[in-house]
Amino acid sequence: MEHYNMNLTLKVWKQKNKNEKGRFETFNVKNISSEMSFLEMFDVLNEQLVAEGKEPIAFDHDCREGICGMCSMYINGRAHGPWHHTTTCQLHMREYKDGDTIVVEPWRANAFPVIKDLVVDRTSFDRIIQAGGYISVNTGNAVDANALPIDKQRADESFAAATCIGCGACVAACPNASAMLFVSAKVSHLALLPQGEPERKMRVVNMIEQMDKEGFGSCTNIGACEAECPKGISLENIARLNREYIGATFSGSAQHE
Amino acid sequence: MNWKQLFSTSVGKKLQMSLTGLFLILFLVVHCYVNAQVFRNDGGKSFNAYAHFMGTDYIIRTIEIGLFAFLFIHVIQGLVLYFRNRSLRNVRYAVSAGNKTSHWYSRSMALLGTLILLFLILHLSTFWGPNRYSQTIGNGELPLYDMMKDDFSQLWVVIVYVLGCFALSWHLVHGFYSAFQTLGLGTFRYKAAIKFVGVAFAIIIPLIFALMPISFYLNWIN
Repeated sequence: MEHYNMNLTLKVWKQKNKNEKGRFETFNVKNISSEMSFLEMFDVLNEQLVAEGKEPIAFDHDCREGICGMCSMYINGRAHGPWHHTTTCQLHMREYKDGDTIVVEPWRANAFPVIKDLVVDRTSFDRIIQAGGYISVNTGNAVDANALPIDKQRADESFAAATCIGCGACVAACPNASAMLFVSAKVSHLALLPQGEPERKMRVVNMIEQMDKEGFGSCTNIGACEAECPKGISLENIARLNREYIGATFSGSAQHE
Repeated sequence: MNWKQLFSTSVGKKLQMSLTGLFLILFLVVHCYVNAQVFRNDGGKSFNAYAHFMGTDYIIRTIEIGLFAFLFIHVIQGLVLYFRNRSLRNVRYAVSAGNKTSHWYSRSMALLGTLILLFLILHLSTFWGPNRYSQTIGNGELPLYDMMKDDFSQLWVVIVYVLGCFALSWHLVHGFYSAFQTLGLGTFRYKAAIKFVGVAFAIIIPLIFALMPISFYLNWIN
Protein backbone atom coordinates (compact mmCIF):
# COMPACT_ATOMS: atom_id res chain seq x y z
CA MET A 1 0.00 0.00 0.00
CA GLU A 2 1.19 3.47 -0.82
CA HIS A 3 2.33 5.70 2.02
CA TYR A 4 0.89 9.19 2.16
CA ASN A 5 0.61 12.22 4.41
CA MET A 6 -2.60 13.94 5.44
CA ASN A 7 -4.00 17.02 7.15
CA LEU A 8 -6.84 16.40 9.56
CA THR A 9 -9.38 18.29 11.64
CA LEU A 10 -9.91 16.82 15.11
CA LYS A 11 -12.86 17.55 17.38
CA VAL A 12 -11.71 16.38 20.78
CA TRP A 13 -13.57 16.33 24.10
CA LYS A 14 -11.87 18.62 26.61
CA GLN A 15 -12.88 18.40 30.25
CA LYS A 16 -10.91 19.86 33.16
CA ASN A 17 -12.00 17.34 35.80
CA LYS A 18 -14.81 15.12 37.03
CA ASN A 19 -17.00 17.99 38.18
CA GLU A 20 -16.65 20.57 35.41
CA LYS A 21 -18.65 20.43 32.23
CA GLY A 22 -16.72 19.37 29.15
CA ARG A 23 -16.92 20.61 25.57
CA PHE A 24 -15.51 19.85 22.15
CA GLU A 25 -12.46 21.74 20.92
CA THR A 26 -11.25 21.76 17.33
CA PHE A 27 -7.60 21.11 16.44
CA ASN A 28 -5.79 20.93 13.11
CA VAL A 29 -2.92 18.54 12.56
CA LYS A 30 -0.68 18.59 9.47
CA ASN A 31 1.52 16.04 7.71
CA ILE A 32 0.25 12.98 9.51
CA SER A 33 1.79 9.84 8.02
CA SER A 34 -0.52 6.99 7.01
CA GLU A 35 1.91 4.69 8.86
CA MET A 36 1.29 6.29 12.25
CA SER A 37 -0.99 4.74 14.83
CA PHE A 38 -3.92 6.81 16.07
CA LEU A 39 -2.09 7.45 19.36
CA GLU A 40 1.06 8.59 17.54
CA MET A 41 -1.11 11.11 15.72
CA PHE A 42 -2.22 12.33 19.18
CA ASP A 43 1.46 12.51 20.24
CA VAL A 44 2.15 14.81 17.28
CA LEU A 45 -0.83 16.97 18.20
CA ASN A 46 0.26 17.16 21.86
CA GLU A 47 3.83 18.15 20.93
CA GLN A 48 2.38 20.83 18.72
CA LEU A 49 0.20 22.07 21.61
CA VAL A 50 3.16 22.09 24.03
CA ALA A 51 5.25 24.04 21.49
CA GLU A 52 2.42 26.58 21.26
CA GLY A 53 2.41 26.86 25.05
CA LYS A 54 -1.01 25.24 25.33
CA GLU A 55 -2.11 22.36 27.50
CA PRO A 56 -1.84 18.94 25.86
CA ILE A 57 -4.83 16.59 25.63
CA ALA A 58 -4.91 13.95 28.35
CA PHE A 59 -5.47 10.40 27.11
CA ASP A 60 -4.85 6.93 28.53
CA HIS A 61 -2.25 4.63 26.96
CA ASP A 62 0.29 2.10 28.12
CA CYS A 63 1.54 -0.90 26.14
CA ARG A 64 0.70 0.39 22.64
CA GLU A 65 0.62 -3.17 21.37
CA GLY A 66 -3.06 -3.95 21.82
CA ILE A 67 -2.93 -5.97 25.03
CA CYS A 68 -3.31 -3.59 27.99
CA GLY A 69 -6.72 -2.06 27.34
CA MET A 70 -5.84 1.45 28.44
CA CYS A 71 -6.39 3.43 25.21
CA SER A 72 -10.05 4.31 25.62
CA MET A 73 -11.15 6.55 22.76
CA TYR A 74 -14.58 6.73 21.17
CA ILE A 75 -13.74 7.66 17.58
CA ASN A 76 -16.45 8.85 15.18
CA GLY A 77 -19.07 6.92 17.12
CA ARG A 78 -17.02 3.73 17.48
CA ALA A 79 -15.19 2.35 20.51
CA HIS A 80 -11.47 2.15 19.55
CA GLY A 81 -12.39 3.37 16.06
CA PRO A 82 -13.85 1.51 13.10
CA TRP A 83 -11.51 -1.49 12.86
CA HIS A 84 -12.65 -4.90 13.98
CA HIS A 85 -10.93 -6.52 17.02
CA THR A 86 -8.64 -3.52 17.44
CA THR A 87 -7.61 -1.22 20.28
CA THR A 88 -6.99 2.48 19.58
CA CYS A 89 -3.20 2.02 19.58
CA GLN A 90 -3.53 -0.56 16.80
CA LEU A 91 -5.78 1.66 14.69
CA HIS A 92 -3.58 3.17 11.99
CA MET A 93 -3.94 6.43 10.14
CA ARG A 94 -4.23 4.70 6.75
CA GLU A 95 -7.89 4.40 7.72
CA TYR A 96 -8.22 8.15 7.06
CA LYS A 97 -7.92 10.45 4.06
CA ASP A 98 -6.54 13.95 3.71
CA GLY A 99 -9.09 16.51 4.92
CA ASP A 100 -11.08 14.13 7.15
CA THR A 101 -12.73 15.35 10.34
CA ILE A 102 -12.49 12.97 13.31
CA VAL A 103 -14.58 13.30 16.47
CA VAL A 104 -12.90 11.81 19.56
CA GLU A 105 -14.85 11.33 22.80
CA PRO A 106 -14.11 9.57 26.09
CA TRP A 107 -16.02 6.40 27.15
CA ARG A 108 -19.36 7.78 28.27
CA ALA A 109 -21.04 6.06 31.21
CA ASN A 110 -21.84 7.33 34.68
CA ALA A 111 -19.90 4.36 36.07
CA PHE A 112 -16.83 5.62 34.14
CA PRO A 113 -16.55 9.28 35.24
CA VAL A 114 -14.19 11.46 33.19
CA ILE A 115 -10.98 12.26 35.10
CA LYS A 116 -9.64 14.63 32.45
CA ASP A 117 -10.29 15.04 28.71
CA LEU A 118 -10.30 11.49 27.30
CA VAL A 119 -9.20 9.75 30.51
CA VAL A 120 -11.96 7.95 32.42
CA ASP A 121 -11.98 6.30 35.83
CA ARG A 122 -12.48 2.55 35.34
CA THR A 123 -11.92 1.49 38.96
CA SER A 124 -15.55 0.32 39.01
CA PHE A 125 -14.23 -2.70 37.03
CA ASP A 126 -11.59 -3.32 39.71
CA ARG A 127 -14.26 -3.34 42.41
CA ILE A 128 -16.31 -5.90 40.44
CA ILE A 129 -13.20 -8.12 40.24
CA GLN A 130 -12.58 -7.65 43.97
CA ALA A 131 -16.15 -8.81 44.62
CA GLY A 132 -15.48 -12.28 43.19
CA GLY A 133 -13.04 -12.47 40.29
CA TYR A 134 -10.47 -14.55 42.18
CA ILE A 135 -9.77 -18.16 43.19
CA SER A 136 -8.50 -19.79 46.37
CA VAL A 137 -4.98 -21.14 46.07
CA ASN A 138 -3.27 -23.03 48.86
CA THR A 139 0.21 -21.91 49.79
CA GLY A 140 3.12 -24.28 49.42
CA ASN A 141 4.40 -25.97 46.33
CA ALA A 142 2.50 -25.38 43.11
CA VAL A 143 0.34 -28.34 42.11
CA ASP A 144 1.57 -30.19 39.05
CA ALA A 145 -0.32 -28.74 36.07
CA ASN A 146 -0.99 -32.16 34.59
CA ALA A 147 -2.64 -33.39 37.78
CA LEU A 148 -5.85 -31.57 36.84
CA PRO A 149 -7.47 -33.03 33.74
CA ILE A 150 -9.36 -30.36 31.75
CA ASP A 151 -10.90 -31.20 28.40
CA LYS A 152 -9.75 -29.26 25.37
CA GLN A 153 -13.05 -27.55 24.59
CA ARG A 154 -13.47 -26.23 28.14
CA ALA A 155 -9.88 -25.02 28.21
CA ASP A 156 -10.35 -23.24 24.87
CA GLU A 157 -13.59 -21.55 25.95
CA SER A 158 -12.00 -20.51 29.22
CA PHE A 159 -8.96 -19.07 27.45
CA ALA A 160 -11.19 -17.22 24.98
CA ALA A 161 -13.03 -15.57 27.89
CA ALA A 162 -9.76 -14.89 29.70
CA THR A 163 -8.49 -12.76 26.81
CA CYS A 164 -10.70 -9.90 28.12
CA ILE A 165 -8.40 -6.95 28.86
CA GLY A 166 -10.98 -4.97 30.84
CA CYS A 167 -10.79 -1.97 28.50
CA GLY A 168 -14.44 -1.04 28.94
CA ALA A 169 -15.29 -0.83 25.23
CA CYS A 170 -18.33 -3.05 25.92
CA VAL A 171 -19.70 -0.49 28.38
CA ALA A 172 -18.83 2.39 26.06
CA ALA A 173 -20.56 0.78 23.08
CA CYS A 174 -23.63 -0.46 24.97
CA PRO A 175 -26.72 1.77 24.66
CA ASN A 176 -27.54 0.64 28.23
CA ALA A 177 -24.01 1.25 29.56
CA SER A 178 -24.04 -2.39 30.65
CA ALA A 179 -20.91 -4.20 31.82
CA MET A 180 -22.34 -7.66 31.22
CA LEU A 181 -19.79 -8.68 28.58
CA PHE A 182 -16.90 -7.82 30.91
CA VAL A 183 -18.48 -9.51 33.95
CA SER A 184 -19.50 -12.55 31.91
CA ALA A 185 -15.95 -12.99 30.57
CA LYS A 186 -14.51 -12.79 34.08
CA VAL A 187 -17.12 -15.20 35.49
CA SER A 188 -16.80 -17.58 32.54
CA HIS A 189 -13.06 -18.08 32.48
CA LEU A 190 -13.08 -19.14 36.13
CA ALA A 191 -16.41 -21.05 36.06
CA LEU A 192 -15.14 -23.27 33.24
CA LEU A 193 -12.08 -24.47 35.16
CA PRO A 194 -11.80 -26.71 38.23
CA GLN A 195 -9.67 -24.03 39.93
CA GLY A 196 -12.71 -21.73 39.95
CA GLU A 197 -15.06 -24.31 41.41
CA PRO A 198 -14.90 -23.49 45.19
CA GLU A 199 -16.18 -19.89 44.77
CA ARG A 200 -18.20 -20.57 41.63
CA LYS A 201 -21.68 -19.75 42.98
CA MET A 202 -20.66 -17.01 45.38
CA ARG A 203 -18.59 -15.38 42.65
CA VAL A 204 -21.39 -14.79 40.15
CA VAL A 205 -23.80 -13.55 42.81
CA ASN A 206 -21.33 -11.10 44.35
CA MET A 207 -20.01 -9.80 41.03
CA ILE A 208 -23.52 -9.10 39.72
CA GLU A 209 -24.38 -7.34 42.97
CA GLN A 210 -21.28 -5.13 42.67
CA MET A 211 -22.03 -4.49 38.97
CA ASP A 212 -25.49 -3.18 39.88
CA LYS A 213 -24.05 -1.11 42.73
CA GLU A 214 -21.55 0.58 40.40
CA GLY A 215 -24.40 1.78 38.20
CA PHE A 216 -23.97 -0.33 35.07
CA GLY A 217 -27.08 -1.02 33.01
CA SER A 218 -28.81 -4.30 32.28
CA CYS A 219 -28.17 -6.39 29.18
CA THR A 220 -30.80 -6.28 26.43
CA ASN A 221 -28.82 -8.62 24.16
CA ILE A 222 -28.22 -5.97 21.52
CA GLY A 223 -24.72 -7.20 20.76
CA ALA A 224 -22.92 -3.86 20.23
CA CYS A 225 -20.43 -4.96 22.93
CA GLU A 226 -19.45 -8.09 21.04
CA ALA A 227 -19.09 -6.07 17.82
CA GLU A 228 -16.75 -3.57 19.48
CA CYS A 229 -14.75 -5.87 21.77
CA PRO A 230 -11.06 -5.73 20.73
CA LYS A 231 -10.63 -9.30 21.95
CA GLY A 232 -13.75 -10.73 20.32
CA ILE A 233 -15.36 -11.84 23.58
CA SER A 234 -18.55 -13.68 22.60
CA LEU A 235 -22.13 -12.99 23.75
CA GLU A 236 -22.08 -16.70 24.56
CA ASN A 237 -20.41 -15.68 27.81
CA ILE A 238 -23.42 -13.55 28.79
CA ALA A 239 -25.68 -16.57 28.30
CA ARG A 240 -23.29 -18.54 30.52
CA LEU A 241 -23.33 -15.77 33.13
CA ASN A 242 -27.15 -15.85 33.19
CA ARG A 243 -27.06 -19.62 33.49
CA GLU A 244 -24.54 -19.46 36.33
CA TYR A 245 -26.64 -16.84 38.08
CA ILE A 246 -29.90 -18.79 37.83
CA GLY A 247 -28.06 -21.94 38.90
CA ALA A 248 -26.57 -20.18 41.93
CA THR A 249 -30.08 -19.25 43.08
CA PHE A 250 -31.30 -22.83 43.00
CA SER A 251 -28.48 -24.03 45.21
CA GLY A 252 -28.34 -22.90 48.80
CA SER A 253 -24.58 -22.62 48.86
CA ALA A 254 -24.37 -19.19 47.23
CA GLN A 255 -24.01 -16.91 50.21
CA HIS A 256 -22.53 -13.52 50.72
CA GLU A 257 -19.42 -13.22 52.71
CA MET B 1 -28.99 -15.32 47.71
CA ASN B 2 -32.69 -16.07 47.63
CA TRP B 3 -35.66 -15.86 45.28
CA LYS B 4 -36.30 -12.22 46.07
CA GLN B 5 -32.78 -11.37 44.95
CA LEU B 6 -33.11 -13.44 41.81
CA PHE B 7 -35.89 -11.15 40.65
CA SER B 8 -34.62 -7.82 41.99
CA THR B 9 -31.11 -7.54 40.50
CA SER B 10 -30.52 -6.34 36.94
CA VAL B 11 -30.17 -9.94 35.75
CA GLY B 12 -33.27 -10.90 37.75
CA LYS B 13 -35.34 -8.15 36.17
CA LYS B 14 -34.27 -9.33 32.75
CA LEU B 15 -35.31 -12.83 33.79
CA GLN B 16 -38.78 -11.46 34.52
CA MET B 17 -38.84 -9.93 31.04
CA SER B 18 -37.75 -13.23 29.52
CA LEU B 19 -40.24 -15.49 31.31
CA THR B 20 -43.24 -13.17 30.86
CA GLY B 21 -42.21 -12.61 27.23
CA LEU B 22 -42.12 -16.35 26.55
CA PHE B 23 -45.58 -16.70 28.09
CA LEU B 24 -46.87 -13.91 25.83
CA ILE B 25 -45.28 -15.74 22.87
CA LEU B 26 -47.25 -18.88 23.82
CA PHE B 27 -50.38 -16.77 24.03
CA LEU B 28 -49.76 -15.47 20.50
CA VAL B 29 -49.73 -19.04 19.19
CA VAL B 30 -53.15 -19.77 20.72
CA HIS B 31 -54.61 -16.43 19.62
CA CYS B 32 -53.28 -16.96 16.11
CA TYR B 33 -54.72 -20.46 15.92
CA VAL B 34 -58.18 -19.22 16.90
CA ASN B 35 -57.94 -16.31 14.45
CA ALA B 36 -56.91 -18.62 11.65
CA GLN B 37 -60.33 -20.27 11.91
CA VAL B 38 -61.75 -17.43 9.81
CA PHE B 39 -59.81 -18.80 6.83
CA ARG B 40 -62.10 -21.85 6.86
CA ASN B 41 -64.50 -19.38 5.25
CA ASP B 42 -67.55 -20.97 6.82
CA GLY B 43 -69.36 -17.76 7.69
CA GLY B 44 -67.67 -17.57 11.09
CA LYS B 45 -69.02 -20.88 12.41
CA SER B 46 -65.64 -22.33 13.44
CA PHE B 47 -64.34 -18.98 14.63
CA ASN B 48 -67.36 -18.32 16.84
CA ALA B 49 -67.19 -21.84 18.28
CA TYR B 50 -63.53 -21.34 19.28
CA ALA B 51 -64.24 -17.80 20.50
CA HIS B 52 -67.07 -19.13 22.63
CA PHE B 53 -64.78 -21.71 24.20
CA MET B 54 -62.02 -19.17 24.85
CA GLY B 55 -64.48 -16.70 26.35
CA THR B 56 -66.37 -19.08 28.64
CA ASP B 57 -64.08 -21.94 29.66
CA TYR B 58 -63.12 -21.62 33.33
CA ILE B 59 -59.53 -22.77 32.91
CA ILE B 60 -59.00 -20.41 29.97
CA ARG B 61 -60.57 -17.55 31.90
CA THR B 62 -58.27 -18.27 34.84
CA ILE B 63 -55.23 -18.30 32.57
CA GLU B 64 -56.51 -15.00 31.18
CA ILE B 65 -55.97 -13.40 34.60
CA GLY B 66 -52.40 -14.71 34.58
CA LEU B 67 -51.94 -13.40 31.07
CA PHE B 68 -52.89 -9.88 32.12
CA ALA B 69 -50.64 -10.12 35.17
CA PHE B 70 -47.70 -11.23 32.98
CA LEU B 71 -48.44 -8.54 30.43
CA PHE B 72 -48.48 -5.97 33.24
CA ILE B 73 -45.12 -7.18 34.59
CA HIS B 74 -43.62 -7.22 31.08
CA VAL B 75 -44.73 -3.65 30.38
CA ILE B 76 -43.85 -2.13 33.76
CA GLN B 77 -40.53 -3.95 34.15
CA GLY B 78 -39.63 -3.12 30.55
CA LEU B 79 -40.22 0.57 31.17
CA VAL B 80 -38.38 0.49 34.50
CA LEU B 81 -35.35 -1.12 32.83
CA TYR B 82 -35.49 1.26 29.88
CA PHE B 83 -35.52 4.40 32.01
CA ARG B 84 -32.86 3.07 34.40
CA ASN B 85 -30.57 2.13 31.54
CA ARG B 86 -31.05 5.51 29.90
CA SER B 87 -30.24 7.32 33.15
CA LEU B 88 -26.83 5.63 33.39
CA ARG B 89 -25.26 7.76 30.67
CA ASN B 90 -25.81 11.41 31.58
CA VAL B 91 -23.57 12.84 28.85
CA ARG B 92 -24.54 11.26 25.54
CA TYR B 93 -22.25 10.65 22.58
CA ALA B 94 -22.01 13.35 19.92
CA VAL B 95 -21.55 10.66 17.26
CA SER B 96 -23.15 7.25 17.68
CA ALA B 97 -22.41 3.96 15.95
CA GLY B 98 -26.02 3.51 14.84
CA ASN B 99 -26.56 0.42 12.73
CA LYS B 100 -22.86 -0.37 12.34
CA THR B 101 -22.66 -2.39 15.54
CA SER B 102 -26.27 -3.43 16.20
CA HIS B 103 -29.71 -3.73 14.61
CA TRP B 104 -32.17 -0.85 14.99
CA TYR B 105 -34.94 -3.13 16.24
CA SER B 106 -32.77 -4.53 19.04
CA ARG B 107 -32.16 -0.96 20.25
CA SER B 108 -35.84 -0.01 19.84
CA MET B 109 -37.56 -2.67 21.94
CA ALA B 110 -39.07 -0.10 24.31
CA LEU B 111 -40.43 1.98 21.43
CA LEU B 112 -41.79 -1.07 19.58
CA GLY B 113 -43.27 -2.36 22.85
CA THR B 114 -44.99 0.97 23.47
CA LEU B 115 -46.47 0.91 19.97
CA ILE B 116 -47.75 -2.64 20.59
CA LEU B 117 -49.23 -1.50 23.92
CA LEU B 118 -51.07 1.39 22.25
CA PHE B 119 -52.36 -1.02 19.63
CA LEU B 120 -53.41 -3.46 22.36
CA ILE B 121 -55.43 -0.79 24.17
CA LEU B 122 -57.29 -0.03 20.95
CA HIS B 123 -57.69 -3.72 20.11
CA LEU B 124 -58.93 -4.75 23.58
CA SER B 125 -61.39 -1.87 23.78
CA THR B 126 -62.88 -2.93 20.42
CA PHE B 127 -63.37 -6.68 20.97
CA TRP B 128 -62.32 -8.12 24.31
CA GLY B 129 -63.64 -5.30 26.52
CA PRO B 130 -67.18 -4.97 25.09
CA ASN B 131 -67.54 -8.76 24.92
CA ARG B 132 -66.60 -9.32 28.56
CA TYR B 133 -68.81 -6.37 29.57
CA SER B 134 -71.78 -7.83 27.71
CA GLN B 135 -71.10 -11.25 29.27
CA THR B 136 -70.97 -9.77 32.75
CA ILE B 137 -74.15 -7.68 32.67
CA GLY B 138 -76.04 -10.67 31.31
CA ASN B 139 -76.63 -9.82 27.69
CA GLY B 140 -74.45 -12.73 26.61
CA GLU B 141 -71.55 -12.94 24.21
CA LEU B 142 -71.30 -10.51 21.33
CA PRO B 143 -71.26 -11.70 17.71
CA LEU B 144 -67.48 -11.25 17.36
CA TYR B 145 -67.27 -12.49 13.79
CA ASP B 146 -69.86 -9.99 12.56
CA MET B 147 -68.20 -7.20 14.55
CA MET B 148 -64.89 -8.03 12.88
CA LYS B 149 -66.42 -8.04 9.43
CA ASP B 150 -67.89 -4.66 10.21
CA ASP B 151 -64.70 -3.13 11.62
CA PHE B 152 -62.41 -4.49 8.96
CA SER B 153 -64.53 -2.97 6.19
CA GLN B 154 -62.98 0.38 7.18
CA LEU B 155 -59.62 1.06 5.58
CA TRP B 156 -58.12 2.97 8.52
CA VAL B 157 -58.85 0.11 10.91
CA VAL B 158 -57.13 -2.33 8.56
CA ILE B 159 -54.11 -0.02 8.29
CA VAL B 160 -53.84 0.35 12.08
CA TYR B 161 -54.01 -3.43 12.52
CA VAL B 162 -51.37 -4.08 9.89
CA LEU B 163 -49.08 -1.47 11.49
CA GLY B 164 -49.67 -3.16 14.86
CA CYS B 165 -48.56 -6.45 13.31
CA PHE B 166 -45.41 -4.79 11.93
CA ALA B 167 -44.48 -3.50 15.39
CA LEU B 168 -45.13 -6.97 16.83
CA SER B 169 -42.99 -8.60 14.15
CA TRP B 170 -39.93 -6.42 14.79
CA HIS B 171 -40.40 -6.77 18.56
CA LEU B 172 -40.40 -10.56 18.15
CA VAL B 173 -37.37 -10.69 15.84
CA HIS B 174 -35.24 -9.54 18.77
CA GLY B 175 -37.49 -10.59 21.66
CA PHE B 176 -37.71 -14.29 20.82
CA TYR B 177 -33.93 -14.78 20.65
CA SER B 178 -33.32 -12.38 23.53
CA ALA B 179 -35.64 -14.34 25.86
CA PHE B 180 -33.59 -17.49 25.36
CA GLN B 181 -30.29 -15.64 25.71
CA THR B 182 -31.45 -14.18 29.05
CA LEU B 183 -32.41 -17.65 30.25
CA GLY B 184 -28.84 -18.69 29.49
CA LEU B 185 -29.71 -20.83 26.47
CA GLY B 186 -27.87 -18.78 23.84
CA THR B 187 -25.05 -21.26 23.53
CA PHE B 188 -23.00 -22.09 20.47
CA ARG B 189 -25.01 -25.24 19.92
CA TYR B 190 -28.46 -23.68 19.89
CA LYS B 191 -27.85 -20.03 18.99
CA ALA B 192 -28.32 -20.37 15.22
CA ALA B 193 -31.40 -22.57 15.68
CA ILE B 194 -32.99 -20.19 18.19
CA LYS B 195 -32.31 -17.19 15.93
CA PHE B 196 -33.79 -19.01 12.93
CA VAL B 197 -36.93 -20.14 14.76
CA GLY B 198 -37.28 -16.65 16.25
CA VAL B 199 -37.19 -14.91 12.88
CA ALA B 200 -39.55 -17.48 11.36
CA PHE B 201 -41.95 -17.02 14.29
CA ALA B 202 -41.68 -13.22 14.01
CA ILE B 203 -42.66 -13.39 10.35
CA ILE B 204 -45.28 -16.15 10.32
CA ILE B 205 -47.39 -15.24 13.36
CA PRO B 206 -47.79 -11.48 12.63
CA LEU B 207 -48.39 -12.32 8.96
CA ILE B 208 -51.33 -14.58 9.84
CA PHE B 209 -52.64 -11.88 12.18
CA ALA B 210 -52.33 -9.20 9.48
CA LEU B 211 -53.94 -11.39 6.81
CA MET B 212 -57.21 -11.44 8.75
CA PRO B 213 -58.19 -7.75 8.49
CA ILE B 214 -56.75 -7.64 4.95
CA SER B 215 -58.82 -10.66 3.91
CA PHE B 216 -61.99 -9.15 5.32
CA TYR B 217 -61.32 -5.82 3.64
CA LEU B 218 -60.67 -7.39 0.25
CA ASN B 219 -63.64 -9.75 0.62
CA TRP B 220 -61.47 -12.86 0.40
CA ILE B 221 -63.64 -14.22 3.19
CA ASN B 222 -67.27 -13.38 3.91
